[in-house]
Amino acid sequence: MQLIVNITVLAAIYALLACGYVLIYRVSRVMNMAHGELAMLGAYLLYSTASLFVGHPFGAIAAAVVLSLASGVLVYLLLMRKMTGEMVLAAILTTVAIGILLRGTIVLVWSATQQHPLQALGFVNRSIELAGGARISACAALIVVMTVLVYGGLFVFLRFGRWGVRMRAAGQNALLAAQRGVNLNAIYALAWGLSTLTGSIAGMLIALDSGLDQSMVVIGLKAFAPALVGGLDSLVGALIGSVIVAGAEVLAIQYIDPLLSEVVPFLVLIAALIVRPWGLFGTREELDRV
Amino acid sequence: MSRQPRASGYLRTRYEDDLTLVRTRLERRSLVLFVLALLAFPLVASPFLLDLACQVFLACVGALSLMLLTGYAGQISLGHAGLIAAGAFTVGILFRETHAPFWITLPAAAAVGALLGVIFGLPSLRLRGLYLAVSTLALHFVVIYLGGEYEARRGFSTGILIDPPEIGGISISDGRAWYFILLAAAAATLLLCLNLLRARTGRAWRAIRAHETVAEALGIGIAGYKVLAFVISSAITAVAGALFAYYRGFVSVEAFSLFLTIQYLAMVIVGGMGSLLGALLGAGFVTLFPYLIEAGLLALPGAQRYADLLFAMNYAAFGLVMIGFLIFEPLGLVGIWHRIQSYFLLWPFRHRSASGSRR
Repeated sequence: MQLIVNITVLAAIYALLACGYVLIYRVSRVMNMAHGELAMLGAYLLYSTASLFVGHPFGAIAAAVVLSLASGVLVYLLLMRKMTGEMVLAAILTTVAIGILLRGTIVLVWSATQQHPLQALGFVNRSIELAGGARISACAALIVVMTVLVYGGLFVFLRFGRWGVRMRAAGQNALLAAQRGVNLNAIYALAWGLSTLTGSIAGMLIALDSGLDQSMVVIGLKAFAPALVGGLDSLVGALIGSVIVAGAEVLAIQYIDPLLSEVVPFLVLIAALIVRPWGLFGTREELDRV
Repeated sequence: MSRQPRASGYLRTRYEDDLTLVRTRLERRSLVLFVLALLAFPLVASPFLLDLACQVFLACVGALSLMLLTGYAGQISLGHAGLIAAGAFTVGILFRETHAPFWITLPAAAAVGALLGVIFGLPSLRLRGLYLAVSTLALHFVVIYLGGEYEARRGFSTGILIDPPEIGGISISDGRAWYFILLAAAAATLLLCLNLLRARTGRAWRAIRAHETVAEALGIGIAGYKVLAFVISSAITAVAGALFAYYRGFVSVEAFSLFLTIQYLAMVIVGGMGSLLGALLGAGFVTLFPYLIEAGLLALPGAQRYADLLFAMNYAAFGLVMIGFLIFEPLGLVGIWHRIQSYFLLWPFRHRSASGSRR
């Protein structure tokens, strides 16, 4: 029972992070290798606002959410906009460079020691007993709930929202979309903003649950595996990929070797790439986009 | 190989002229001067400078091999640190388990590298671009995991110590000896790359990079040459890792993080894609960059306060430089170098005449 809870929580974390990869890739065919760092930035922003708005935890959370959305848009406007139309490899490497820059800056600003935003917000992370004797921390439960909400929101937004439809159009054929009057720059900026927002929500929740330090980057990188296993341009795929990868990882930790947790996502990834390179739910066309 | 005449009055009239490496008198003279300077350097340099030079030479070997793969054959690899780790660990394990001398461990490292090259290269037959990059990234984590597992199982949790190699009963631990060994290694790698690139193999790789379908239509065996690119590049990289292990006398998984891969990619990009000179310049730049930052920082007033921030500062500055090159100078240092060169070649004119081909 505890195993199932663990898998669910890990899958939720992966899914929340993976949808950021999917959003950007689907719209602009760029793989955002700085996603983990952006998630970490969001978490650190929450830590800062928490110490800024003492006594108003919800105000702090709202401010952090707005700031992280803005930082995603800023990354696009300042840096990635220059890379549109360049070789995709160059764009990917730019995101790698952005990641390194962010990592350095975060240590410079917030130092490398572990922080605990939960205490700064004045919350307590209670442990909840579930049926069957399993336990889950309140924050972990919140992660699962948030994942459901975010995915629900994204589905509705992409299917029915005016901007959501535009985003899908830009992803399918940027040129045609632009000729139909879709403002591509705005769309790309929105995609970066949304992706950073969802990533930051994941980062904040992980930080609330288990403290905040540089290791979050690794989680961000591991979340890359589910996104690819599921297919880089499919949200459903990201969700199912997360369940597969999280299941494999938790089972491997439980029954084989705890050290394996670092590699299992990538082993699953290799297997998936050999069998179905475009992912479970991805479209097949863009195998040689780069 | 080269696109433009280098000096007035120098015209290539035979096919062999296209293959010669050193063409004009100026080139020959400057090459001789450069080699003499390299040979004289250890006589005047301090141990610290010698260490820096050795690091640059090591980086050159790794960067050249990555340049072969990415810059010429067009196959993106994010597993470079994994391959370096594989070479280093081959030396470490062989030394610890069997006390093998270096003339066994170095070829063994190359063999392991070549084998890994086949494994890293096989996905390239099916995958391209982004997906290939990701699969090599995944393999990187697998190699690192295996290395860490060995360390943990055999009780070398902090790392494997390696004695300096011995030649004729004399162990090499002197900085100067290492300088010449690594210089020779870098020079040998450079020559190997140059020769590969002006032969059939290099032409095939460039054709594959330019357009796979066309290359295939020209009768180039895509699969073979792709795997060959991975095998050769990986073997050289593993040897670089082995030399690294001997030079440091110490192997530990922590040294081979993803950041190392990014550094090597940065060398290739900062130097300039598709140019061996670029790989050398990039290797020098990226290796020396942290020391430049450190020196610059220590020159500022109140330097002690920044000392613990140095690492983070390096990271941030490194990211900034990489972004800068990607956005503002995609041709890299080699692009700048060529611009300077043609400025002097054309002086007093600013531009090549309209009839002549530009670049």
